[in-house]
Amino acid sequence: MSEPLVHVASQAISLPDPNVDTDIIFPARFLLKIDRDGMADCLFHDRRFDADGVERKDFPFNKADRQAAKFLVAGPGFGCGSSREQAVWALTDWGIRVVIAPDFGDIFSGNAAKNGLLLIRLDKERVAELAIKAERGAIFSADIPGRSFTVDNEEICRLDMNDEAAEAFMEGWEEIDIILNREREHVAAFEAVHRTRQPWLFAES
Amino acid sequence: MSKPRTLYEKLWDSHVVRYLTDETALLYVDRHLLHEVSTPQSFVALDKRGCGVHRPAANLAVPDHAIPTRHRDQPIADPQARAQTARLVENVERYGIPFIPLNDIRQGIVHVMGPEQGFTLPGTTLACGDSHTSTHGAFGTLAFGVGASECGIVMAAQALVQRKARTMAVRIEGTLSPGVSAKDVALAFIAKVGINGAAGYAIEYLGPVVRGFSMEARMTLCNMAIEAGARVALVAPDDITFDWLKGRPMVPKGDLWDQAVSYWRSLPSDEAAVFDREVTLDAGGIAPHVTWGTSPEDTIAIDGMVPDPETIEDEQRRARLSRALDYMGLLPGRPIAGTPVDMVFIGSCTNGRLVDLEAAAEIVKGRKVAPHVQALVVPGSGLVKQAAEEKGLDRIFIDAGFEWREAGCSMCVAMNDDRLKPGQRCASTSNRNFEGRQGRGGRTHLLSPAMAAAAAITGTITDIRKLEVRS
Repeated sequence: MSEPLVHVASQAISLPDPNVDTDIIFPARFLLKIDRDGMADCLFHDRRFDADGVERKDFPFNKADRQAAKFLVAGPGFGCGSSREQAVWALTDWGIRVVIAPDFGDIFSGNAAKNGLLLIRLDKERVAELAIKAERGAIFSADIPGRSFTVDNEEICRLDMNDEAAEAFMEGWEEIDIILNREREHVAAFEAVHRTRQPWLFAES
Repeated sequence: MSKPRTLYEKLWDSHVVRYLTDETALLYVDRHLLHEVSTPQSFVALDKRGCGVHRPAANLAVPDHAIPTRHRDQPIADPQARAQTARLVENVERYGIPFIPLNDIRQGIVHVMGPEQGFTLPGTTLACGDSHTSTHGAFGTLAFGVGASECGIVMAAQALVQRKARTMAVRIEGTLSPGVSAKDVALAFIAKVGINGAAGYAIEYLGPVVRGFSMEARMTLCNMAIEAGARVALVAPDDITFDWLKGRPMVPKGDLWDQAVSYWRSLPSDEAAVFDREVTLDAGGIAPHVTWGTSPEDTIAIDGMVPDPETIEDEQRRARLSRALDYMGLLPGRPIAGTPVDMVFIGSCTNGRLVDLEAAAEIVKGRKVAPHVQALVVPGSGLVKQAAEEKGLDRIFIDAGFEWREAGCSMCVAMNDDRLKPGQRCASTSNRNFEGRQGRGGRTHLLSPAMAAAAAITGTITDIRKLEVRS
């Protein structure tokens, strides 16, 4: 189960750089870990720490007054590149629950949805305004039942999700369970037909 | 008459289990490739639920990412990589998943090994926990990269929830000039649309250049679609595809082969099919390309100049360019050709196949690697290595001063001991020049195998077309 997300409010971190790829979010050498412990320590590792392991004070994730931030305002193309789900695990393990950006890497988006990380897409100008508000310490708030996203109590947009997606966030459901519980018979029925259409794919079994 | 459809639409339609919303469907996944790095947590999800693997024979596993490319007769030295590789072995044994071990001649990068074994077939859906899974689209396979959760889902349920992509036709018209390869076309395309410019799209490459390409060149082209943001890239299967596949270990045999080919011939996009977006590239106008920055979109022709951020209006973009130049240790407005390199890497799922090694060897033959350069050739699979050795390519590389390694991802992802040191500059045939991609602080210039070979010889980034012709 992923951590349920119902209502969340906090200050936000602003990281406006475009094309922040998943290698930056989670450097490849840490992919050698075979479990999901200590993910937050690896988040933006080579930006948060210099080569000697000393924290870079100017990096947004290192600011003392943002250590409890649950929102990230990012630039375009956030999460492009490698499919590593660790990029999402590291963000959520650090405490981020919502990322706002003009657009996201496709695979990153898919991974986010499976781990209760809410992505909000807004046009570039809107995101730039929110980045300024984030810098100023505005309070960002997302409410799944009400489908609202506000900054300093001003509604920015409605959250675009159907009831099922909302429920998955609120209950922390994992997609694997939804599919196993609900879709197995559909898959079996499809497979029976598929087997007659492309029999060569089943020759081995 | 039914509505004309694109190749992507045919592949999609033939795998929809059922629509969940207007845009998303549960999609049946025929095949799943596994490697050691993206699956340990997927198996934990299966273990926890006790749900088993739906169809073990639909899967194929191989270690490639974290494994060393030297000393294969010894246990893996890095304890984490050793543990991760051992975990893959335990997992596939427990679930009865077909597996190619490290010291098997067939071992190699998932995207080299899969096609080589005929595991990749036209008309199928294929998933793998690696973004370069788009490579398999070269066969007319709907193939896409997924995260660890989806690797678990596909093993447990044989299906994934997917959003239907929009379609993009990329037409490559005209004829390529000498010295220009599929890698240069891929880089030119990324430079044209940008790193996330094809996000949400399934690309189909069309036109005379692609029809004339070998399967290897088509794979190179599809491989890098993800660097333009597209999870899926496709080339329609044709006789080149069928000839390449025929007789490979896992392809259908006998009558089933004939049935399959006849079905595969129905897959190409219908004449009247409409794409959501069309992009055209003039092949004749494409020079050998090289990246100068920290994103694959930071690509210029080899005779071009490193861009000047001061000329960029958009503030964020200007800041990113400045940061990239700073990271890369380059000055704006200077020619990229002539930039000295410390390392040359020839390999990866982009350019680690036999034709790639042949293209590089042709340049290297009878020449020597520049004294200050360390140069590696890492074949994409054990079978590529063997075939290259049968042709004597290993001697050409070794005599020139290259290191001739065992197959794996190696310095493309720098998870083993093949890594750049901070500040080192590498001419690389891989697919990503992200900050730290080839090792923390390392500087990557992406280019074709022939261009990488030329850089090894001259010790600088070099226009292959200007390399002296040997007497």
